Amino acid sequence: MLRYALKRLISLLISLAVASVVIFAVIEVAPGDPASFMLGVNAQPDTLAALRAELGLDGTKLQRYLNWVGGMLVGDFGTSYTYRTPVSQMIADRLWVSLPLALYALTLSTLIAFPAGIYAASRRGKPGDLAIMGATQLGIAVPNFWFAMMLVLIFAINLRWFNAGGFAGWKDGLWTGLHSLTLPAIALALPQAAILARVMRSALLDILGEDFMRTARAKGLTRRRALWRHGVRNALIPVLTIIGLQFSFLLAGSIIIEQVFYLPGLGRLVFQAISARDLIVVESVVMLLVFAVITVNFLVDLAYAAVDPRLRNRT
Amino acid sequence: MSRNLILGTALSSLVLLAALLSFVWTPYDHATLNIPGKLQTPDPMHWFGTDHFGRDMFSMIMVGARTSIAVALVAVGIGMALGVPLGLAAAARKGSWLDEVIMRGNDLVFAFPSLVIAILITAVFGAGAINAIIAIGIFNIPVFARITRGAALSLWEREFILAARVSGKGGARISIEHILPNVANLLIVQGTIQFSLGILAEAGLSYVGLGAQPPTPSWGRMLADAQTMVSFAPHLALIPGVAIIVTVLGLNLLGDGLRDFLDPRIRVART
Amino acid sequence: MSLLQIENLSLSIHGAPILRQVGLTIDPGQIVAVTGESGSGKSMTALAVMQLLPNGAVANGTIQLDGQDLMQRSESQMCALRGAAIGMVFQEPMTALNPVMRIGDQVTETILIHKAMSPAKAREQTQEVLTRVGLPPDRFPLSRYPHELSGGQRQRVVIAMAIALRPRLLIADEPTTALDVTTQAQILDLLKGLVREYGMGLLMITHDLAVVADMADQIIVMRHGEVVERGATNDLLRNMQHPYTRMLFEASDHQVTLPDPVRPGPLLEVTNVVRDYRLPRRRLFETPARHRAVDDVSFTLSRGERLGLVGESGCGKSTLTRAILGLEDVQGGQVLLNGQPVFAAHKPNLAVRRNMQVVFQDPFGSFNPHHRVGRLITEPFHLLDTPPTGSERQDRISEMLTAVGLSPGDAGKYIHEFSGGQRQRIAIARALIIRPELILFDEAVSALDVSVRAQILDLLAELCATYDLTYLFISHDLSVVRTITDRVMVMQSGRIVEQGETEAVFSNPQHPYTQKLISAAPKLPDYNRGAA
Repeated sequence: MLRYALKRLISLLISLAVASVVIFAVIEVAPGDPASFMLGVNAQPDTLAALRAELGLDGTKLQRYLNWVGGMLVGDFGTSYTYRTPVSQMIADRLWVSLPLALYALTLSTLIAFPAGIYAASRRGKPGDLAIMGATQLGIAVPNFWFAMMLVLIFAINLRWFNAGGFAGWKDGLWTGLHSLTLPAIALALPQAAILARVMRSALLDILGEDFMRTARAKGLTRRRALWRHGVRNALIPVLTIIGLQFSFLLAGSIIIEQVFYLPGLGRLVFQAISARDLIVVESVVMLLVFAVITVNFLVDLAYAAVDPRLRNRT
Repeated sequence: MSRNLILGTALSSLVLLAALLSFVWTPYDHATLNIPGKLQTPDPMHWFGTDHFGRDMFSMIMVGARTSIAVALVAVGIGMALGVPLGLAAAARKGSWLDEVIMRGNDLVFAFPSLVIAILITAVFGAGAINAIIAIGIFNIPVFARITRGAALSLWEREFILAARVSGKGGARISIEHILPNVANLLIVQGTIQFSLGILAEAGLSYVGLGAQPPTPSWGRMLADAQTMVSFAPHLALIPGVAIIVTVLGLNLLGDGLRDFLDPRIRVART
Repeated sequence: MSLLQIENLSLSIHGAPILRQVGLTIDPGQIVAVTGESGSGKSMTALAVMQLLPNGAVANGTIQLDGQDLMQRSESQMCALRGAAIGMVFQEPMTALNPVMRIGDQVTETILIHKAMSPAKAREQTQEVLTRVGLPPDRFPLSRYPHELSGGQRQRVVIAMAIALRPRLLIADEPTTALDVTTQAQILDLLKGLVREYGMGLLMITHDLAVVADMADQIIVMRHGEVVERGATNDLLRNMQHPYTRMLFEASDHQVTLPDPVRPGPLLEVTNVVRDYRLPRRRLFETPARHRAVDDVSFTLSRGERLGLVGESGCGKSTLTRAILGLEDVQGGQVLLNGQPVFAAHKPNLAVRRNMQVVFQDPFGSFNPHHRVGRLITEPFHLLDTPPTGSERQDRISEMLTAVGLSPGDAGKYIHEFSGGQRQRIAIARALIIRPELILFDEAVSALDVSVRAQILDLLAELCATYDLTYLFISHDLSVVRTITDRVMVMQSGRIVEQGETEAVFSNPQHPYTQKLISAAPKLPDYNRGAA
């Protein structure tokens, strides 16, 4: 088990290193010099040079890359070209919105999808199954940001149960914070839950055809008990893959959803940075997102081993 | 023919026809402003009403279908054209450095969701519909590479491939002659699903301004424009949304129907 | 009163009749074997007793266990009986166990769901039962997972689950078909011992008549869902009434006469061949361990000779086959055909390969479903510098199809239009079409029903006479190898442990492993062959 985890960890580090090179290289291609962009066309050469030094824009490409990566390792993401404040501070503030939102949505989506998928599989071909399958077919087709707009229209504008947008922050307590993230989380979670429920159902149906399910029935387990005791855990293996992939979609989705609810998250930050050509912010946010996706996939790999003993003695 | 296949074909062709028809005919010119006639609700003159500039929504939806379909189709094309050969090559040289490089490359690309790629491209090169195509297309490459490799690997274990090898055929020839025809059904079904996901992704990207730019009409941007007016002109948000849902639903049903029709054992990757 | 009494059992699935008026009885302590070829309905009879029929199945008749009709029982009443009064053992031990659950928990589950005893006592009982089936907990802790056990050991776990509550009736559906002969003998002994010890009735489903004759008190022969003959084993063997029964027994032990071999000189020379596989690394930076699948193998196959290669699964015979075919490079030694290496400079040598062809085991996986038979059997033409075209190509196709007992018109059909036996004939046609000097048969008749297998063996003997075949016949089935080869090699753990004239090796084996293999293989007793 330890060996397996260690091997995954090394592969995680390699992925992160390669991803950082790719991101750095793409940003390097960007035309124009941020320092002259900031100071305008009439800048004095010496002011320009001073600013370039301050922003860490002098030196070779390799030096700049190492500075960037080395800085990130100690939590220093550089200085924003536009705001002249530490990028790490800007990101940290926004992360407190985006990360809870993605986790909230992931939790909701799992809580909805598991029972729905299991119920549909146990009622295969019956009205309950058909209803869930119809609903998920629709759920997959709905764009989450449009769904979010409809939720705002119904629950914020008409019913006034929630605010139409904005985020009160966490200082007024957990409940207030969660309350203002609830509509965005639902908008993110339901379409993902539709996919997850379908995966759960089809994984379970595959398992139902396995020999060991017949063995379980031959022991005297009822259909339903066999499904719960032997089916669900085996079905978790394909479902975990999807949950891992979904997290990256939820992160990306939350960036879009933040626009609907005017949430001060990473999405807002990155779009402002794009229009201000604040490339160092874009670079750092992208690296952070990629870091999150790679790390979650690492965690999913570990979860596999927890579910499937066959993986534990392998490397 | 299953119900899925019929309904899916009907909905998909409806959207496709609307997109094609928009080249020769729309009820009004989609770009003509008519401020006095703004924000009309649907009526016999403007079937889907007008937007805040008085443009005919029906015409905009028709032209928007063109954008969505073009972006998603080219993106799926990129994914297939690069992903399928990579997957075939990786399977043919299973366990070799080539396989390792392709699969690790896949993992790496998977770590960059379409939106992240679009953010990077836009930050560096500026906005445009081409960004959406590239971003969605790049994300599709590992999708196709992975499913092609998976399906091809199980075929390589089959005895008819061994028989072909005994007949002196090489990896490339076997991949084209034996593997590709046997994964074609899977690719058709997965391609349909990726097409529908491409439509959704395009809408999302143009909603946040990373996709098609004005004056090219696109469903995602129509929704972005509608957002501030949703309380007093909900039809501006409803109609493009329903257009997206109908298209995606139609393609998904078509994909499921094709799967049942071609080979019910096909497992589609859906994320 | 009988333990199990089935009367007039008829069954259809989605309207297609599967069983017709089947009847059988089992007394306590009795072993009743139901035998027949695929499609005879023998497994469906077993599932009907368990009331675990597939969706769409409709059954009529009575199945009485201790005088109570199981057909009238509700599903929840059946759940109470399954595992407690009736236990069942399945064919595929590799997939019959839940891969993510410890073996102890899987056996204990049988006890606990019937609330037969407290969890602590159930645990004790589990240890006892596992010890009884030959898996003592000191060597096989209850915390093992199925993937940590061999096929035979897994089958013992499945048996432990089935007998944990000492059911009165045990059903075993092809319990040893997936196992090697030596393991098979042990599992059959275990089942016999359990029946004697617990006084259970055993309903044994098997296609293997040698196993049937060896174990059963009663034999029931089925064909197309009907019982064609039944009787006490000794009576039935002595006096078979139904022609199908006689055909089945004859086919199981089918003998062919091969023309005398001409051996003008060596064709295939295998010298000191070594084939290693890299094992996955166990530690990060250690040099990966190697598994030696073929270990210093040498032999010579003369032109016109029919050589057999026998061994159990995992002994390296498939790896050796691939090395001979030049599909994979070897780590040591040489494979020469007509004095030329099949693998030269790390590349397969096509000039040599065109003199070799192969027939595989699986009649369903051996053909690309998208191509017609004409294209399928001409695939080896790829090896020729100037492949025949036009009418010459057509003539070759027609000749080969006729030679294997099909008709030239079959060239335009797709493979799914043929039965398993016909597909194997097409595979032979494909192997013969470029007139190779050597053909490899890799378990080529192992997946076939006995009657079809007998026909294919006849075809081979016929082709030997017409085409002077030289072949290497790889099989785990000793009785087939005995009749279809002149010389035989026995392989164990990557090595050839014995080789010699087939009759001599079989009647007087020298190596202990060969002796063990031959004595473990169930044999058909002498039965009344000629009676009509």
